[in-house]
Parts: sequence; C-alpha cells; structure tokens
Amino acid sequence: MAALKETVDTVESIDVDAYKYGFSTDIESDKAPKGLSEDIVRFISAKKDEPQWLTDWRLSAYRRWLTMTEPNWARVEHPRIDYQDLYYYSAPKSTPGPTSLEDVDPELLRTYEKLGIPLREQEILAGVEVRRVAVDAVFDSVSVATTFKEELARAGVIFCPISEAVREHPELVRKYLGSVVPVSDNFFATLNSAVFSDGSFVYVPPGVRCPMELSTYFRINEKNTGQFERTLIIADAGSYVSYLEGCTAPKRDENQLHAAVVELVALDDAEIKYSTVQNWYPGDSEGRGGIYNFVTKRGDCRGRNSHISWTQVETGSAITWKYPSCILRGDNSQGEFYSIAVSNGRQQVDSGTKMIHLGKNTKSRIISKGISAGRSQNTYRGLVSAHRKAEGARNFTNCDSLLIGNRCGAHTVPYIESKNPSAQFEHEATTSKISQDQLFYAMQRGLSAEEATALIVNGFVRDVLQQLPMEFAVEAQKLISISLEGSVG
Amino acid sequence: MSDTATSATADLKTAFDAMKDAGARPLRQSAWDAFSREGLPNRRVEAWHYTDLRAALCAVAPLRAAGPATPALARERESCRFVVLDGAFRPDLSDVSALPYGVSVLSLREALACGEAEILAALAGDAEDPTLALNAALMQDGAVLRVSPGCVLERPLEFANFISGGAARSVFTRSLVILGAGARATLLESFTPLERSGSQENHALVMVLGDGAKLDHVATIAPQSEDAVRVVSLLATLGENSALNSFCLVEGGGLLRRQIFATLSGVNADVSFNGASLLRGRDHADTTLVIRHESPGGKSREFFRHIVDESATGVFQGKVSVAPLAQKTDGAMQSKSLLLSDGASMNNKPELEIFADDVVCGHGATCGRLDADQLFYLEARGVPKPRAEALLIEGFANEALERVKDEATRDALAARVAAWLRMREAL
Repeated sequence: MAALKETVDTVESIDVDAYKYGFSTDIESDKAPKGLSEDIVRFISAKKDEPQWLTDWRLSAYRRWLTMTEPNWARVEHPRIDYQDLYYYSAPKSTPGPTSLEDVDPELLRTYEKLGIPLREQEILAGVEVRRVAVDAVFDSVSVATTFKEELARAGVIFCPISEAVREHPELVRKYLGSVVPVSDNFFATLNSAVFSDGSFVYVPPGVRCPMELSTYFRINEKNTGQFERTLIIADAGSYVSYLEGCTAPKRDENQLHAAVVELVALDDAEIKYSTVQNWYPGDSEGRGGIYNFVTKRGDCRGRNSHISWTQVETGSAITWKYPSCILRGDNSQGEFYSIAVSNGRQQVDSGTKMIHLGKNTKSRIISKGISAGRSQNTYRGLVSAHRKAEGARNFTNCDSLLIGNRCGAHTVPYIESKNPSAQFEHEATTSKISQDQLFYAMQRGLSAEEATALIVNGFVRDVLQQLPMEFAVEAQKLISISLEGSVG
Repeated sequence: MSDTATSATADLKTAFDAMKDAGARPLRQSAWDAFSREGLPNRRVEAWHYTDLRAALCAVAPLRAAGPATPALARERESCRFVVLDGAFRPDLSDVSALPYGVSVLSLREALACGEAEILAALAGDAEDPTLALNAALMQDGAVLRVSPGCVLERPLEFANFISGGAARSVFTRSLVILGAGARATLLESFTPLERSGSQENHALVMVLGDGAKLDHVATIAPQSEDAVRVVSLLATLGENSALNSFCLVEGGGLLRRQIFATLSGVNADVSFNGASLLRGRDHADTTLVIRHESPGGKSREFFRHIVDESATGVFQGKVSVAPLAQKTDGAMQSKSLLLSDGASMNNKPELEIFADDVVCGHGATCGRLDADQLFYLEARGVPKPRAEALLIEGFANEALERVKDEATRDALAARVAAWLRMREAL
C-alpha cells in the first residue's frame, strides 16, 4: 500500500491555490447596480439598444423566473446563491465598440496575450499555417473585437456578437432565439433569458462550409459579475461549422455565478461541431471562490441527416452543472457527445448529456471520461430516450471513471428510456483506479510515477481528445496534465 | 406533510391509528413518522421516478381481516413451508410440527410481543424508503425464522404468501430470517393470489446473514389483477464472509415494485441478485436495487432480464454504492431488456456511487427487440415465426435462470417461463 499512501500524501499537498490564470485586470467598467428586478432587465435591454420585442421577451422570462425554484437534484453542494447580491450587467468602459484591434484597450489585449488567445492573425498562424481561427472575444459581457469578419462575410457566414445580430439580423435572431432552449426551460436558462448580456451569433447559409474554425474565449473579470452568455448557432441546409469555446477566469474571493445558454440549430444535412475547453477558477484548496457554472447547452437536429457533435474538456469551476444535449428530431440525424471531466481539490462536477431520439433512424453516441482526484466529486448524469416514433433509433454509451486517491467520488447516473422496440440502446460504465500493473510497467521503463500516471490518463481520455480540433487538442492535453499536477504519486 | 396530504395518506393514518394495540408501538410510531415526512412516493421522488405510487394508490383499501379457514393451497415443491395468508401467519397451514433441527419459528405478532432485542432490531430494518417505513408502521403479521449457527439445512425453507380474492384489501406483512454464523440454507419465497383481485400489498422480508452464513433465495411473484398495487421489499444485511444468492421471477400484474436493499457490512461479503420479469398487458413492474458496500473486499453481481410485451412498462434501477472504507470492492451489474411490441416501454437506470478508489465496478444496460438475423435464421429453417420468437425469448430469459443453482428450482422456473410464452404464442 506504499504507493497508495504516497498518492494520498501528494493529494493532500496539492496546491490548488497556484491557479495558473489567477490574475485580474484593472479596467473601469460600466455596470448596473446590484440585484435583479424588472428595472434591471429593462436597463440591460436599454443599454444594448434592443428592440421592444426583445425587451418584452426578457421581461416575460424574468416574470417566469420569479415563479421557479432552483433545481436541487444534481450532486453538487454550495451555499445558497443570493441572486440579489449579484451584478447583472457590466461592460468594459470602451463600449461604443472598437472598429479595429488598434482601438482596443491595450490592457485588454495584454490580458488575452497572457491567456494565449490568438487574437492577431500572425499569432494564429504561428505554427499552424493552413488552419485559421476567427475569434469573437468576450471580455466580461460585451464582445470587443472580431477578426476575420471579411473573409467570413465573403463566404456569407455571419459571425458576430449576439447584440449586433439583434440589430443587423433581427429576423434570424427572432426566428431562432429560444427555439431550442425555451424561455421557461429551467431555472438557470430562464434567468439567462432575462438578463443575458452578450455572446456569439453564427449563421451559416445553405451549402456553405465555414472556411475556418470559429472561436470565442470567455473570461469572467469584474468582481461579483454573473456572466450570462447567450450563444446561438444556426447551420442552414447542407452547411458545416466548427465552433470552439474556451475559457479561463481570474481568481476571486466570492463565488461567481455563470449561467450561459447555448442553442444550436442544424437544418437538413447540416453539421455543427461544438468544442469546449473549460478552465475556470476552481476555488482554493478549500473550494472557496470558485466559479459556479450552471450551463444549458442544447442542439436541435431539426433537419434530415443533420449532425451535432459536442466535445468538452472540463477542468475548471468549483461547480459544473452542464448537460449538452441533442434533440434528434430529423430523420437519420446524429448526435454525439464526447466529454472529459477532470476534477481535483474540492471541485464538484455533475455533467452529462441528453440524447432525445424523436426521428426515425436517429443515432447517438456518448463517450464520457471522468477523472476525479483530491476531494472532488465527479458525476456523470445522462439521459437517452427513444419516443414512440423513433423507429430504428440507436445509441451507444460508454462512461468510464478513474479515481485518484480515496477521498474523491465518482458517480454514474444514466437514465435509459425506450418506448420503441426497434430502438437499440447499449450502455456500459466502469469505474476503476489506475492499475498498479500499468504503472509498474511504465515506471520500469524509466518514467517517474507522475509521468507514468499522465501517460495512462492520456491514454484513458484519448478517445475524446481525438474528437477535438487540432489546436484545441494540444491545449486540452496540457490542461489535463496541469489540472492533475501534484495529484498523482 | 402539507402538500403530500392526500386522501390515501389520510386513510393510511386511520389504519395506523387503529393498530395502536398491535404491539411494538415505539417502532411503529418512528416508522410512521418517517413515512409521513415524505408521504406516498411520486415521480418527483428520485428513487420512484418511474413508478408513481401516489397516483396508483389514490384510494387505500381497508386492511384485510382473517383469511379463509381451510383454503386449498397449491404446493410446487417439497419444502418446510410457512404460510402467510391474507397477512396473517397460519401455523395450522404451515409445517411447524416438523421443523428441521436448528430452526425455530415465531409469528411476527409473537415476536413483537416478546420483544427480544435482536429480533426487534432486525425487524426495525429500514432503508430510507417511505413504503418500507409504511410497512414497518402497519405490519400485520409474518413469520420470524431463526437458523442456529452452523446448521446446514438440506430441505429448503419456504415463505409462502397467499392472498385470497374478493374485494380489494390492503395487506402489510413483514417476515424475518436470521441465519446464525456459518449456517447454510435455501429459502423459497412466493407471492400467489388464490384468485386475482385488486389487492394492495406491501410485503417486506428482512434477512440477516451472520458471519460465514450462506443463503440461496428464490422468489416468485405470480400475476395479479390489473388494478393491484404491490410493493415487495427485501432487506439484507451480510456479515463477514457471508454469501447471498438471490433470484426473483416476476410475472407482472398491475403495478409492482420489487425493491432490494442490501448492505454488505462484513468484509468479503458476496451478493448476487438476479431476476427475470415477464410483462404483458398493462403491467408495470419496477425492480429497484440499492447495494451498499460498507466493508472491504465485498463482491456484488446483479444480472437481470426484462421481457416486455404489449403495453407493459418495465423499470430497472440499480444503484451500487461503495463507501470510502470499502476498498477492493468488485461490482458488476447487467440489465438487458427485450421490447416485444410497439406499445412496450423500458426504463433503465443503473447507477454507480463510488467513494473508494481501489475498486472495480461496472454496469451495462441494453434495450432492444429480438435480433432480426436470429429470427431469420430460424424461419429459414422452417420454424414458424411465433415459435421462433418464443425460442429466442426463452433463451434470453434462461440467461438469468442459469444463475439459480438448484436444478429442480431452475426447472420449475423454466416451466413458468414456458407457460408464459405458450400463452403469448397462442394469441
């Protein structure tokens, strides 16, 4: 048991406080007073110069939200959130919107630089000549810079902050906003509908293959600012888009609430690939001050042969409550969910997916890898359901959990519901620790215990890493080893 | 219990108040308090997500009084049988005069009256389930069996629960079997209506296995009428090096919830829970397991097969929970289901809850219809379709039946499966 003891000792000494991205930037911000009321909702709407229909939409969400209660079924524990003690709007000072990168506050650019965001073209191209990434950067709540707009415009792709889309493409926003995640969907989504600040909007016209990977970096910055991003991606018939989302957040004392909503709509023969690397501040070694992440992500395979794929690498946040889902409405549509969730310290992860089969011959695939270390709790919670008309639905689910240390927990809660005899569902789950044999084998060949563990963990999550776009895969691999630093003996 | 107060709970309260002279009042009272905190479970209670008991039990039938004096009771096989008829233990119908050496039996009423600490503690067994608490509050009677340490019983013991027909009645039974250290026994358990009726039954069987004890348990739940509501619970506590192998054949009938709560409290305990359910019509059968590994070295195996036809609904929920202390736990669970018709539904929820790191745990669940290739193979060889289907279904069910060690018992179970299939084929 010597090795075990050693692992336990090392876990105890994890220095979660040494969060690599725990810094904050001093930029004056323009914010609404604390608390939430109809006036605040109107204030946010007015700040963004929104049309009346959107203001009304927000207000109806707010009124609905007042009647709802916070869900408590997830395996996460946290002090009660005082929704009146949060700021619901904050925008960097230079709100009128910079026209080019030169106009952007240099402080802001330096922050991005520290985060390694490839905002400038040369940075993006460094090393990766052939692939290009467009960034719609979100600093706190308002998008401040968008690159590659021209090239995207040539292809007919609309990629802009959602606030801009409301102004320039109201017909699209009005048609699709809230059509996947309805206003009254759940407590956090409803809250988001009422107060969403900004986010990305993507529209890919029929038959267009988006010429580059689209990407948004989120960053929580102002103290006590709840972040309520709203992302809407529409892939019209026969189109393809790959979207990357990544985030890091500065260290804060008080818990920060994040309740984003992401809606994807895939029409006939369209494909959307949505990848996330999430590395928000997880709190200190006692779990204080980490981000609360309550996200509603849902994709609607509305058309025939449509395809939505979610890939996520979750390493941050004190609490992760997130279930990227697919509604497989169109016949022959496909949904995929690939996830790596790493938890360490006092982190609590309750994440998974929902695959709702409605159309004929719909297929879904779920690969979930959970790694828990330290004193964290890591839960996979997923639903696979086939409705009466989901003739020939097919699902394969594989959830594996790896435990590092004996003070963490790994849980699996799948719900598999079938109402159609021709639906074929398979689910398998395993939980184990890193085998001593594997460790011994690797160490015998000259690797240190930590290297050996990293190697095995990397092998464990390989199926999912392969699904990530190349730029992200490298970053994700680094993140996983950083997250587990010190947790293995 | 503000929002949970329904007319059903009010009826149950009346029944509870009427039982004030039934003995073991403190035990009943605390169980009642536990029940009334939650009320009848409904869809919003996570453990009852797929089985809405509150909706099914909108009116509570009155408690059943004494059953018929000399009923004709079928006997499937040679055993030392203890009969509980309409909720009352019937020594006159049981094999009490020829008890095997080392076995003692009491009725639940007697056991509660004499108040022996060991028995009372075992009977109070609770698993945070409102229906189990309700059972403890309202338990009418049952059999309390003790097998002395070291006794090895050749002849199987049998708890036979019979319900006579007639107007809808409620029945609450609780039986107990305590196996002393190193004892070995086979226990058969059956739930059989003499005549189908919309009865409301809540049965609990508590098992306590001493260190090194071994028990083989086979239960059969016979069909009941469509408006019946039945909850059949099994509570098992296992000591060091003890082993329990349990099988249950469910033949549906109305709403049925079979629940198993097993606690592996001694080191190296070994449990195996297996079962097959055959559902048709508008049957709703729920099998729920909660296996708690509390000591190191435990092993658990669960293996279930569900066959769901017509408009029936099958539910399987299996939770394996491993405490931080329970290192070296080995757990595997498998639930496979076969949907035979367009109206059939199956809900699977296998669950792992793991707090120890040196464990190997896994589960698998599948759901689908008969394999078209296999059907084609048989049909191509001249087997008519209904017969080919029956063959494949039988093979599917037999995968679970194989887990029953005793050959005679296995054959009897196979015969019941075959009878069920013949009925299906005839339609």
